[in-house]
Amino acid sequence: MSLLTSLARLRALDEGIAQPVATVRHCHLSARPMVFIPLKLSGEAAAPLAAMLGTDRADPALLVVTQPRNRDLRFAWAAQVAEVLLPYIEGFMNDTETVERKNTDPYERAIDAPQLIVPNQGGVAFTRLLGRSTRFRRTDGPYPVPESVPLLGRWLTYLGERAAYPGSSLMLAATEELGRHWASGQSSLEDANLAALLAWITTGPTDEAEDPLIWPPAGPATDPGFDAEVLAPAMESGSAERVTEALRTQLEPTWRLMWQAIDLLAALPEGASVAQRWEQDRGSFSGMAVHIAEGAPPQARRDGAVAAAARLARMERAQAAYDVQRAYDDPLVMAEYRLTGEAFAGEVIETVPDNTEGEGRSRKLRPLVVIKTDDPVRLPPGTTLGTPQRRSQGAELVEAAEGLVTLKITKGMGRGRTAAPGAVPEVGERVCYTSLTDDFQGSPALPEPEATPWTHGGPPQEYVPDDEDAQEEWS
Amino acid sequence: MTTEQLAPEQVIRNVLADLPRHRGVVVDSPPGAGKSTLVVRAAAHIAATGEPLMIVAQTNEQVDDLVARISDKHPHLTVGRLSAGGYVPPLRMLELPGVRVGTRIQDLGDPDIVIATADKWAWIGDRVWPWAIVDEAYQMRSDKLLRIAGLFERALFVGDPGQLDPFSIVDGDRWSGLSWDPLQSAVSVLLRHNPDLPVHRLPVSWRLPASAAPVVSQAFYPFTGFRSGTNHGDRWLELSTGGMGTVHDRALEEAARSGWALLELPNRHTVRTDGEAVQAVALLAERLLQRGAVAGSEQGERPVTADRIAVGAAHRDQVAAIRAAGLPPEITVDTANRLQGREYDVTIVLHPLSGRRDATAFHLESGRLCVLASRHRHACVVVARAGIAELLDAHPSAEPVQLGVPVKFPDGWEANQSVLEHLSRHRV
Repeated sequence: MSLLTSLARLRALDEGIAQPVATVRHCHLSARPMVFIPLKLSGEAAAPLAAMLGTDRADPALLVVTQPRNRDLRFAWAAQVAEVLLPYIEGFMNDTETVERKNTDPYERAIDAPQLIVPNQGGVAFTRLLGRSTRFRRTDGPYPVPESVPLLGRWLTYLGERAAYPGSSLMLAATEELGRHWASGQSSLEDANLAALLAWITTGPTDEAEDPLIWPPAGPATDPGFDAEVLAPAMESGSAERVTEALRTQLEPTWRLMWQAIDLLAALPEGASVAQRWEQDRGSFSGMAVHIAEGAPPQARRDGAVAAAARLARMERAQAAYDVQRAYDDPLVMAEYRLTGEAFAGEVIETVPDNTEGEGRSRKLRPLVVIKTDDPVRLPPGTTLGTPQRRSQGAELVEAAEGLVTLKITKGMGRGRTAAPGAVPEVGERVCYTSLTDDFQGSPALPEPEATPWTHGGPPQEYVPDDEDAQEEWS
Repeated sequence: MTTEQLAPEQVIRNVLADLPRHRGVVVDSPPGAGKSTLVVRAAAHIAATGEPLMIVAQTNEQVDDLVARISDKHPHLTVGRLSAGGYVPPLRMLELPGVRVGTRIQDLGDPDIVIATADKWAWIGDRVWPWAIVDEAYQMRSDKLLRIAGLFERALFVGDPGQLDPFSIVDGDRWSGLSWDPLQSAVSVLLRHNPDLPVHRLPVSWRLPASAAPVVSQAFYPFTGFRSGTNHGDRWLELSTGGMGTVHDRALEEAARSGWALLELPNRHTVRTDGEAVQAVALLAERLLQRGAVAGSEQGERPVTADRIAVGAAHRDQVAAIRAAGLPPEITVDTANRLQGREYDVTIVLHPLSGRRDATAFHLESGRLCVLASRHRHACVVVARAGIAELLDAHPSAEPVQLGVPVKFPDGWEANQSVLEHLSRHRV
């Protein structure tokens, strides 16, 4: 936890209400998000019990497995979920735009993409498990399932994996996103309770949030008291209707909280880089759609050596970019870096806009800017700098001493002899510069999976999907 | 036959003899056990067969250092130093005979040995070297090895298993338990897929004095112990001017006498950049210089100048705060990660758990303390707030156990306790 977040948490505790730790929203919020609240049977790893889902807050669908120990009912339930989710997902596939690419063929990218919102990280993990337990099922043979079930499994797997991808908004966990924008006065473990976190943000903490009779857990685990006193008798009675109505009482309060969370996030203005990250999400979504349309096998259970390294490289790149973009988009996030000396803000007190370097044809415009700052600057001369105010520009630190920083603008000044109006900060302007920059080198190539070297076990056996895949001890 | 009975020379000969017999050979080396010497000898040994050799190190400093050592010991060998575009070679390297620097293999001519960082090697393709030496292999993440393993047929992996594990900014739970987990070190993955490869151990630390080797060996290398190459009395540290009786002076005197000192500050929970602790560290370094410390060893007698002193801490902001406290710029101040592989006469360490309220996996990682406590030839002064033992007792390691992940020894918690117990005998 950074110093600023700790401070915000202390202040939240002191004032009895959560404190903002972001000034803009750092995730994309779809105009038509799919809210998905899954519940599982306690004591089982991946036995679905119920789900409330839908895109219309006034009209959620409630799907229930009236006897979760019956596997046929489980997969019939999965087919029902697929009936809601698949049309939603497929609805985004047809409207596409053509994207030109350097050195390779253009591709089609969806104009908009689905967005699944679950209450918490537990919901994400359970979605991944659901995906794993359904994507390998066969539609023929001994225990056939409807055709939509394995397809649903592949999409749930995709979305669940995408949720772990830094900066992606295809699948969000509500508590996670709220926690990124507000600091409550409780521990981060307690922040995973959606009702408690929302109370901190809206009205201040209440004991009601802890009372399962008022705010049942947001899943996937259910309240043990409810399990013993309501659910078990209802199941024993054999009345599907009684089970359904019992579960409705557990899901409806969370359903309302989910939309409250969405409204809170929607009220924040969107960060400048969010659209760019959503564009990548859309590209990834279209890629997955093509993958499925081309008849590729379901995602393997584990990453091979090469696939793991490739995924790690992609995720690290995305994490680094996400961190930098958030700082550029949001002065409150940038403040963290100002505290550690990796960024500084201050007032321009002197400029030399027509400073040049080099002679003759190689003469280049390199304006000098002197900034007065109270921030501790811990950057050595020569550091490459960027600024949220002028994102296309690059600068270099010339000297920093006693609250005065001199820097030289080295990139984005054009070819002219004089700077374009507004390109160089004016005296008196407040500016912020940082050593965080978003230009990362690409990562070097990995071997083909068939060429996995001996140090990593040699080439893997070719993956052939078989009935064994669906055999899991816990499913 | 145990490692204890083997002379270092015999181990090196065994390693060289094993090279042609196996696809890979691993050498574990405790701090200062002559790892670089081994790499240079093995390089010359392989080059003498006439077959080309590639050497992989992890940082540019390590590469430059190896180039200088090879050129010094074996001036007749031609060495090519591959570098990235922005790299500026130190002047001393350009003057070395037989050394060429370039960004492409073609620029190097056809040298006996090509050296580069693992990151640089990952961009090279279309050629296979019969031999490779991978230095600091325990610091190398296995995904880096995956990128370069196609470049060589046989390799010698050298490194220190007690140092910091490689890390990532993203959560890697997804891969834990897989034998090719990209976040594991190159050696772990190599040995899990090739369990029959020979593993040798260098038995003697030439860096650590007799006062430190048993402590470090017992805490961080409980099953593969090593001993010091020097005896008690071979090394000494003397402060040429008298002290003023302050705690800082007494800590330095204790360190000069016994090789260790713990300067304990009053128990308090503090922010990471604990002002008092930072001040204490800076004062210790300053007094050490003022009092004209002189170090004597098998290499002769020399004053402990600023460039022979290092200050180590766990976090970058602590390092920045200590630097800002006004130390002479020649004193190295850095994090444990960046002090790996370096050597000084005296080190001053801000204990990673000092003033903390909790003990996270980061702070408990045994490698972090091991690096900080094993950089010195003469003495190590640790600055810490009281109460670390109680903190440790309140925070037993509670990391979830992952299936299929080999248990790593030593446990950071245990190692911390062991070092702390030793330090408590040198408390000021």
